[in-house]
Amino acid sequence: MWTWFHKLASPPHFYRIAGLTIPAFSWAAGLLVAAGLYGGLVLAPPDYQQGEGFRIFYVHVPSAILSMFVYATMAIAAAIGLIWRMKLAHAVAAASAPIGAWFTACALATGSIWGKPMWGTWWVWDARLTSELILLFLYLGYLGLRSSFDDLQRADRASAVLAVIGIVNLPVIHYSVVWWNSIHQGSTLLTPGAMPIAMKWPALCMLAGFALFYGAVLFVRLRGEVVRRERSAAWLREVLVK
Amino acid sequence: MNIAEFLAMGGYAAYVWPAYALVFAVLALNVWAARRSHERALEEARRRLMQEESGR
Amino acid sequence: MTARPGLWRVGMAVYARDLRLAFRRWEQAVQPVVFLLMVATLFPLALSPEAAQLRGVAAGVLWVAALLASLLALEFLFRADHEDGSLEQLVLSGHPLGWLSIFKVLAHWTISGLPLVLVSPVVATSLAVPASALAVVMLSLLLGTGVLSFVGGAAAALTLGVKRGGVLVSVLTLPLVMPALIFGAQAADLAIMGESARGPLLLLLALLVLSVSLAPLAIAAALRIGVE
Repeated sequence: MWTWFHKLASPPHFYRIAGLTIPAFSWAAGLLVAAGLYGGLVLAPPDYQQGEGFRIFYVHVPSAILSMFVYATMAIAAAIGLIWRMKLAHAVAAASAPIGAWFTACALATGSIWGKPMWGTWWVWDARLTSELILLFLYLGYLGLRSSFDDLQRADRASAVLAVIGIVNLPVIHYSVVWWNSIHQGSTLLTPGAMPIAMKWPALCMLAGFALFYGAVLFVRLRGEVVRRERSAAWLREVLVK
Repeated sequence: MNIAEFLAMGGYAAYVWPAYALVFAVLALNVWAARRSHERALEEARRRLMQEESGR
Repeated sequence: MTARPGLWRVGMAVYARDLRLAFRRWEQAVQPVVFLLMVATLFPLALSPEAAQLRGVAAGVLWVAALLASLLALEFLFRADHEDGSLEQLVLSGHPLGWLSIFKVLAHWTISGLPLVLVSPVVATSLAVPASALAVVMLSLLLGTGVLSFVGGAAAALTLGVKRGGVLVSVLTLPLVMPALIFGAQAADLAIMGESARGPLLLLLALLVLSVSLAPLAIAAALRIGVE
């Protein structure tokens, strides 16, 4: 098992395996998203309070969940990279950051669009919205720090420390924002009751589809990051020749 | 259910469709950016190899 | 065992050295205070000189201004030491780097954070804060600038030797210190309204304890990466 892991983590091997798995990931993601779209836009009954407007849910919630999931992945990969000095783990963190930042932006934008008809305003300083915004700032800081180094190894390690600081801080930020908001105004969050199954399964499909999409895009980026980190030229030549 | 009714989204069309369009545009952008990043890495590697070979 | 000086002595030596160097460059140390005073002057000009209205925003204005003022100073935390190589000596000295960084940050706080706390009653009074609230305002800033120095210290260590590091330090630090801003401004606001600020002050204290215990680890890791 361990040797298998090591083999997988070796750059040439990983590069090949990633190349082989990307189509599978993409197809699965595409099918799941298509099913989620059909289920969410056509099959699911309209919400009894929000009517058809609640359908933004099917793109908003998966984006929001992925935005946090990707950050967690990034921080764990960064920690592994720091502790075991594993290049591939640093590459995972580096490749995840832009994807996660985009998911965060999507979650904010769709939340804002959803908020306009439901709450009557584009933006509410609500706890969840605010912590999502701070998450975006954390991503931007990570990307900014990473891009300010010329040396890839230093960029990897410095930004890894930042990712770990960020993940330690996230719960503190989240709970302080919740506390802050609950003092100033009542929670405007829609309390999610038990959702009927016809509404739920498209959301789960979309979520799984988004997660697989993340996997596919991550692997495409990872192939690039692996090449960037490779110093020995023998297999690079092999890759480049074909 | 007819198409016009579906597109109208019960009066929420102006919110639902832009949200979906935005998300899928961003997803497409992600694919494009990832591909470009991969290609750039290959280009850089190619350049590095050429330099090494000509330097030798 | 006695060949190496005790941890306290080493720490105090670092602290004393940084203070002495800072007094030689006192213009740098004055900058944050001047900045705070100026920003606090902008608000009555921009909003209105009316006392009731000023009092309503005083806590927020003070806290945001103090936050920005101490961000200004973060740039100087490690820069000079990095340029003249003494940071490298510190890393190689064999003493626990996290421990040393606590004293470096404390020295930095004494120069840049403490003056802000000391002038805050003056600024607060000019914003129509009642005298009964001044103690809480100072206490909240005392704890808050501490959190900011430690968290910001980690950001400053991460950006060692980076071009345009100043802006980057702010971008890295601000999201991380938002909890401190929330509780600090809350405490000050409660005190201004004549209510008990115990809750947010205790939470702020918890944040300080958390950042004093965790930030040095991050600073040490970042410094090691930075001086390589």
